[in-house]
Amino acid sequence: MTDRLDGPPAPPPVSQAVPEAAPEKAPEPAPVKAGSLGPPARLAIWFLLPGVLLLGAMVIYPIIYSIFRSFYDSNGNTFVGVENYATIFNDSSTLTTIRNNLIWVAVAPALVTAVGLVFAVLTERIRWATAFKLIVFMPMAVSLMASGVIFRLVYEQAPDRGVANAIITSVTDVFGSSDGYPDARPRENDRSPVAGQQGAVVTKQPAGPGKAVLLPLVGVKPETLASAATAKAPQPGPGELAGTVWVDFTQGGGGAVNQVDPTEKGLTGVTVEAVQNGAVKATATTEADGTFRLTGLAPGDYLVRLPESNFHAAFNGIAWLGPALITPAIIGAFIWVWAGFSMVLIAAGLSAIPRDALEAARIDGATEWQVFRKITIPLLAPVLLVVFVTMIINTLKVFDLVFVIAPGSVQPQANVIALEMWRVSFGGGGNQGLGSALSIFLLILVLPFMIINIRRFRRDNQ
Amino acid sequence: MRKSIAMATTAGLALALAACGGGEAAAPTTPAASGSAPASAPAEAKTLEGVSLEVAAKWTGSEQTNFEQVLKAFEAKTGAKVTYASTGEDTGAYLGPRIQGGSPPDVAILPQPGLVQQYADQKALKPLTAEVQKQLDDNYTPYWKELGSADGQVYGVLVKAAHKSLIWYRDQAFQDAGTQPPATWDDLVTTAQTIADSGTAPFSLCGASGWTLTDLFENVYLSSAGPENYTKLSKHEIPWTDASVTTALEKIGQLVGKKEFLLGGSSGALQTDFPTCVTQVYGQDKSAMVIEADFVGTTAEESGAKLGEEAKYFPFPKAGDTEPVVLGGDIAVALKDSKGSMELLEFLASKEGGEIWAKLPGYLSPNRNVSPDNYPSELTKKLAETIISAGDAVRYDMSDLAPSAFGGTDGKGEWKLLQDFVRNPADVKGVQSKLEDEAKKAWK
Repeated sequence: MTDRLDGPPAPPPVSQAVPEAAPEKAPEPAPVKAGSLGPPARLAIWFLLPGVLLLGAMVIYPIIYSIFRSFYDSNGNTFVGVENYATIFNDSSTLTTIRNNLIWVAVAPALVTAVGLVFAVLTERIRWATAFKLIVFMPMAVSLMASGVIFRLVYEQAPDRGVANAIITSVTDVFGSSDGYPDARPRENDRSPVAGQQGAVVTKQPAGPGKAVLLPLVGVKPETLASAATAKAPQPGPGELAGTVWVDFTQGGGGAVNQVDPTEKGLTGVTVEAVQNGAVKATATTEADGTFRLTGLAPGDYLVRLPESNFHAAFNGIAWLGPALITPAIIGAFIWVWAGFSMVLIAAGLSAIPRDALEAARIDGATEWQVFRKITIPLLAPVLLVVFVTMIINTLKVFDLVFVIAPGSVQPQANVIALEMWRVSFGGGGNQGLGSALSIFLLILVLPFMIINIRRFRRDNQ
Repeated sequence: MRKSIAMATTAGLALALAACGGGEAAAPTTPAASGSAPASAPAEAKTLEGVSLEVAAKWTGSEQTNFEQVLKAFEAKTGAKVTYASTGEDTGAYLGPRIQGGSPPDVAILPQPGLVQQYADQKALKPLTAEVQKQLDDNYTPYWKELGSADGQVYGVLVKAAHKSLIWYRDQAFQDAGTQPPATWDDLVTTAQTIADSGTAPFSLCGASGWTLTDLFENVYLSSAGPENYTKLSKHEIPWTDASVTTALEKIGQLVGKKEFLLGGSSGALQTDFPTCVTQVYGQDKSAMVIEADFVGTTAEESGAKLGEEAKYFPFPKAGDTEPVVLGGDIAVALKDSKGSMELLEFLASKEGGEIWAKLPGYLSPNRNVSPDNYPSELTKKLAETIISAGDAVRYDMSDLAPSAFGGTDGKGEWKLLQDFVRNPADVKGVQSKLEDEAKKAWK
């Protein structure tokens, strides 16, 4: 929009007919004749007016008013000086937003530029380059709000809903799945004959061969037990240490605690160990009815242990939307959105690189990596810088992705300045003084990078 | 699975609407409604022919559809054309800019009395006319009238009540575990342990929606500390570091402190938002109980559970000497002097308007003249009777009475700190001192 606004007013100064606009560039025409050659200076003002008015109303005035507003309290009645600015640096939650913005600026622009560069260099060499570029560029066409909704789903914790965790869990399942009973645990009271011990379940009282032990567990999901057989009480043969591992919970209530009741189900396939002084003396596996027999034991006292491997929980994916990973997760979504943009810009720069420089390097015996490092990147540096700086500006003002992706409970941890600004101004508190101060603070952060960019454009134009 | 995606998408859309803020979020009312109007009520004089009104409220989905039916009845009666705009979860964030910009909706329905005070301070509200006040005096107890007032001036009509002292449970889960609904807090903990032993997670906690945690706290606090302390704390006359708060938080810690008590543990619970936790109990059968208000019933029905058979509730158990009855409610206010807005408020406060709404599911009226016989189910009828008869022991939702920076903003104040508490229930003192810090800022 600004391009269009800047457009019309531009011609008059360049036309050399307005002496005031470009006096040093127009030494040849006689000063007396200048007025009659082009439109008069007053006309230039008319051309400038729409642009100046619009920019003034939509950019200059809001900035000035925000600065003014930031010195007042939440009602806008009392002048508070720089108190709002002091609050920014005293409040722990706003400090978190500043810290998060720093993480964003440190990580996101570099990654977006790097990913864009890789895509651009690679697409130069493949056959279906245009189709590939189109696909990488496509996320740009999706609104950031919608991208946020997409990634909220991608990062869902439950692997049956979140794609990210679905991929991770299906990969880890290949290397080691869980067949045990991850939820099973001893009942929590003093009368239970077993107790949990570093993930394993161990009997409290030692027992010897010829004795029976009971290992009641609870907390197993009813679905898991649908096809399980009914548990049987242990009947030790001579010289055997026998026992039963079962779910000591009668569905529908009733049943005696720590006794094998008629409808209770046995746990099959559980590894059982007999332990004496920390050393495993015998192992067995439970039958369908939950019974096991530990044989070949020398007389003496043994503890019966169900090792941790029986209770190994299946890997349930990563808590992307938890407080620790939320910012990296959102940065991931940001890269998905912006990689296409940086790829297109870099690809344009790449096609402008003089081929002979690359050819010369190759003829001189440079490897592809050397060509890339020593020739391509230096020649691309101006474009890379433009992309990088644009991305810094984009990351500083990031709002929508954080707002949509982070669930309410982790928004404080994921918060960024732009979102905090909106929240304090319009959400709940309605403190537009502090909100204005935050917006000015954000403007000050963005300003240096804007100046760098504008300088670059100027230099390129000359 | 498809359902959850659809829900998440709607949630996203709602967010989008709320964020866009502008004026065009209004859901279109069907032209058929105004078309059928002349036929249905030919005798009435249509005083508001040609008047357009905009009403904003936070309701979406079926709650929105039901409210729109009430609006249609108003349209049919008066000839006015009413459009509905959904504000999304954060009503303040939607209305704030519109008030600031000088183009608020004609009528807004505020989810918190704290907002009535806030907007009254900004002089954004229009006082009720004598006709509307007469309806209030006829139909409401003084307590409700007071909730819609600020600085002695009456601004609001409480149009919808929510009974927040309930725990919903899945009957099958209780039968499997062989337990009965508990009557005291200790019973509740024992019941939860039994259900956990049976292999089902006892609670679905809607931890991502901070307001559900404040509701839990309020019930435990009202019950354990008594109504007087409750009133004091809700006005910040006693500090949050008070011993009574410690007791209440420790009691909550008994529930949220155990991994096997919460579906998905505390990290899973904190990623679950409000309607999702209900579907975890009723649609997906993953857990046994969800602690929230009467409006859980609507979502439970959508998930395919029959109210009164599969989906049952019991009153929030006593955690002390008081049987807690915490109510919430939505307050309708006029933001513009426009023609028709007072008439709409009058209609909503009247017996007539209340009874039309009462016939639709998911609604409880605070209007004492709306006969409980209007409610579509036995369940809501009973709830309505408790609200009308509850009397002095009733307390209004504390977080809604607080300045909304403390009690009503996502990621701030009480919402955030109670979420922190669920994450780390051992640190009672730390949470209390942070709550006190935030409260000091909000009440200054």
